[in-house]
Amino acid sequence: MAEQVSVFVDNRPGRLNAITGVLRDRGIDIRAMTIADHRDYGVAKLLVSDPRLAHRALAEQGFAAALKPVLAIAIEDRPGGLHELLEILAERSINVLDAYGFVVVPGQWAVWCMEVDDPAEAARLLAAHGLHVLADSELYQLF
Amino acid sequence: MSVPVWNPAVEFMEREALERLQLASLRQTVAWALKTPFYRRRLAEVGLTHPEDLGSLRDVRNLPHTTKDDLREAYPDGLLAVELEQAVRLHTSSGTTGMPTVIYHTRRDIDHWTELVARCIVATGATAGDVFQNMTNYGMFTGGLGLHYGAERVGMLVIPASSGNTGRQIQLMRNFQTTVVHATPSYLLHLHSALAGEGVTVDRLKLRKAFIGAEPHSEETRRKIEALFGIRAYNSYGLSEMNGPGVAFECVYQTGLHLWEDAYILEIIDPQTLQPQPEGATGEIVMTTLQRQATPLLRYRTRDLSHLVSGNCPCGRTHRRLARIKGRSDDMLIVNGVNVFPSQIEDVLMKIPEVGTNYLIQLEKRGSLDRLVVKTEIYAKLFTGDPRTLDDLRERIGEALRSAILVKPAVELHEPGSLPVSEGKAKRVVDLRPAF
Ligand SMILES: [Zn+2]
Repeated sequence: MAEQVSVFVDNRPGRLNAITGVLRDRGIDIRAMTIADHRDYGVAKLLVSDPRLAHRALAEQGFAAALKPVLAIAIEDRPGGLHELLEILAERSINVLDAYGFVVVPGQWAVWCMEVDDPAEAARLLAAHGLHVLADSELYQLF
Repeated sequence: MSVPVWNPAVEFMEREALERLQLASLRQTVAWALKTPFYRRRLAEVGLTHPEDLGSLRDVRNLPHTTKDDLREAYPDGLLAVELEQAVRLHTSSGTTGMPTVIYHTRRDIDHWTELVARCIVATGATAGDVFQNMTNYGMFTGGLGLHYGAERVGMLVIPASSGNTGRQIQLMRNFQTTVVHATPSYLLHLHSALAGEGVTVDRLKLRKAFIGAEPHSEETRRKIEALFGIRAYNSYGLSEMNGPGVAFECVYQTGLHLWEDAYILEIIDPQTLQPQPEGATGEIVMTTLQRQATPLLRYRTRDLSHLVSGNCPCGRTHRRLARIKGRSDDMLIVNGVNVFPSQIEDVLMKIPEVGTNYLIQLEKRGSLDRLVVKTEIYAKLFTGDPRTLDDLRERIGEALRSAILVKPAVELHEPGSLPVSEGKAKRVVDLRPAF
């Protein structure tokens, strides 16, 4: 299963680029990034080429950072592609906590990333329905 | 267990004998004070022209109070009770208002002060075999020279490192195997985070004791320092008007600070009514010097808040104990009419493991209401990556503060290392409310 790096970040100018600067210095590529705003702070979630190295580099620079498993699922880039995946989760009452997606090849396929309460169970379920849950190495090879 | 002691005859003196000694010393002090223009005038106002007018120790309550403002007015020599040739040192303090104050010392005064500091050091169990690194400012600040003289008298190896330059402090600690340090609590917390930056773990140090003082701090802060370094930390209380450090100190039992009553008469008063507080109640510490010839001070209002610890200390010393300083009567913040002490906020924050050691209290005006903002840093190692736990944490801190200070603050979480750290007295309060 893929891993994502969560980073605590002050809600003020100059902090996000401090994170991306650390990653650039270590030659780490960013696949996707989201930021949730919580008034005085935010939590940035990053899908990167080497999550463990990214986590270590950020922690060394004094950031509060954590590694968490994330479900990255390959879906077809067409109307209804995402809907089919979410239907499967809804049937089993699996709650999506946070999610984001990105297109890999327009009109062909995309990647949907999400956090759920029990990622291992959700991964088994999706695989049983013929969906492909990506590992870190596979995510990296997408590009 | 045998209790380490420097001057058993004085430290274990029976109360009755101690009080007889106090009365004799008080008369001597009034005689010295009458040599100054300031006290000649003040004492005449209460009808006291001769030391023998003091019939008992209780008569100290008929003497006038002395305040910081009085010291400013008397500057530079209105409170000097000896010929200048007899004085061997002075310490001035500029204070926040810019108006300076000065305390002079004769050779005998310095000798007495040094004796008090030596008692304090030995009471913690430190010995001549210790290596003592004095991390407080030398010069006008009394913490440097005061501890230095006392430590030398005990026979410790003294490293006069002074304050700041953390990298060099760590190097000195390692090169000379420092066993005892003297610093402010906030500096020790800073030093601990700096150790990690230098790649030094605490077990590489030989440290076993710290003397902490010069800023109010909570019991949690002391225990945190003890746990971080694996040492014992002893509270020190002093102020430049009462010489500096050496006024009161904790013994090995850490149950409050023994105040040397052969050197000071201690009173705890209500800062509003100026009446004595009932035994054990919190109030302002008022002290009269008993052994300082060059600048005697009568009933000096310290502005420090504390209370007397009841009962006897297991060490057997007869000198009474002050509880840790709860703050300054001037530090009190008034937030929408409610009295709040910054130390109460620190107490709450130190009990929450998910926040780090730095914090900032900010006061703002929103419309006609005061807004109290408490900024804390999250502790990186306990960050889970889940924003929901952070929101819960923020809520929990707000609730804990509300029940402690009766004001609901706006709590902010910030990145580790983002709030200002000062290397001396920590400046934790920023008041942005417009003055009238
Ligand atoms: Zn004791």
